[in-house]
Amino acid sequence: MSARFAAGDEVRVRRASPPGHVRTPYYIRGKEGVVSRLIAEHPNPEELAYGRDGLPVLPVYWVRFRQSDLWPDYQGPEGDTAEVDIQEHWLEPVEDDGG
Amino acid sequence: MSETHSHDDWPYPHPKQPDIEDGPITDLMIMTEAVTELMIDKAYFTADDMRRTLEVIDAKTPAEGARMVARAWLDEDFKARMLEDVNAAAEEMSIDSGVIPIRAIENTKDVHNVIVCTLCSCYPKHLIGLPPDWYKSRAYRSRVIREPRAVLKEFGTEIPDGVEVRVHDSTAELRYMILPMRPKGTGDMDEDTLAGLVTRDCMIGVTIIDRD
Repeated sequence: MSARFAAGDEVRVRRASPPGHVRTPYYIRGKEGVVSRLIAEHPNPEELAYGRDGLPVLPVYWVRFRQSDLWPDYQGPEGDTAEVDIQEHWLEPVEDDGG
Repeated sequence: MSETHSHDDWPYPHPKQPDIEDGPITDLMIMTEAVTELMIDKAYFTADDMRRTLEVIDAKTPAEGARMVARAWLDEDFKARMLEDVNAAAEEMSIDSGVIPIRAIENTKDVHNVIVCTLCSCYPKHLIGLPPDWYKSRAYRSRVIREPRAVLKEFGTEIPDGVEVRVHDSTAELRYMILPMRPKGTGDMDEDTLAGLVTRDCMIGVTIIDRD
């Protein structure tokens, strides 16, 4: 299967609240980060949780966020980051708005 | 549980230690018991199979992970393979790393990594043993992602401001272990001696190996 994103791509986590078994933590929904690595391909856990096959498999990425983007009152240095495993269907490209 | 008792030769009463059964029985505990009994009744496995499996899981220790870290310190090629795929690297050393994919994250002089599973308690128990209770606590899971330096400091670990602290949240079907930095002054050590320096907590990333 082909992966939609590559290392270095800027992405935004979908701001969505679907019901059911979801593996995307709330603190990153709607946040922008950068893909650091395509780490695996795996069936969709949101489907597996209900006894379905979760196919086709989805790419899983490491997405790196700046802590100061996640927590407005973050106390540490600007360089601190969080890196989260995210499945592809939760990511959308950050469009270049020409600005 | 507030009941107290005294011993004949000791005048100070102390609270009675609660028994396991004094805690609440949850729906999940009842369901676990019921499913286990059903599986045994239907002969999918025996009570002894169940006992033995738990015994094997409980016997896991950080020793296997430590051996792999020591090998990686001594062999750059092995390290590269381990950073790509821990399970395959474990197989080279005849270490059973289980069926769940495990990845290693390398600490460097520029980046200190620490692992958490904010959603539940994912942990590479095949290589570093059962997780400590604090790893599964809501306090660790909610705080280390939000104020990692404060949490590390409570573990006695101070990371200089010039070093990036990176918290890795494992939310998918992968497990993570940290490949810690090799401490200074260990140039003449063999693999076994090096492995003896590597602890559970430095493979979670809440501490660094300090030989001072």
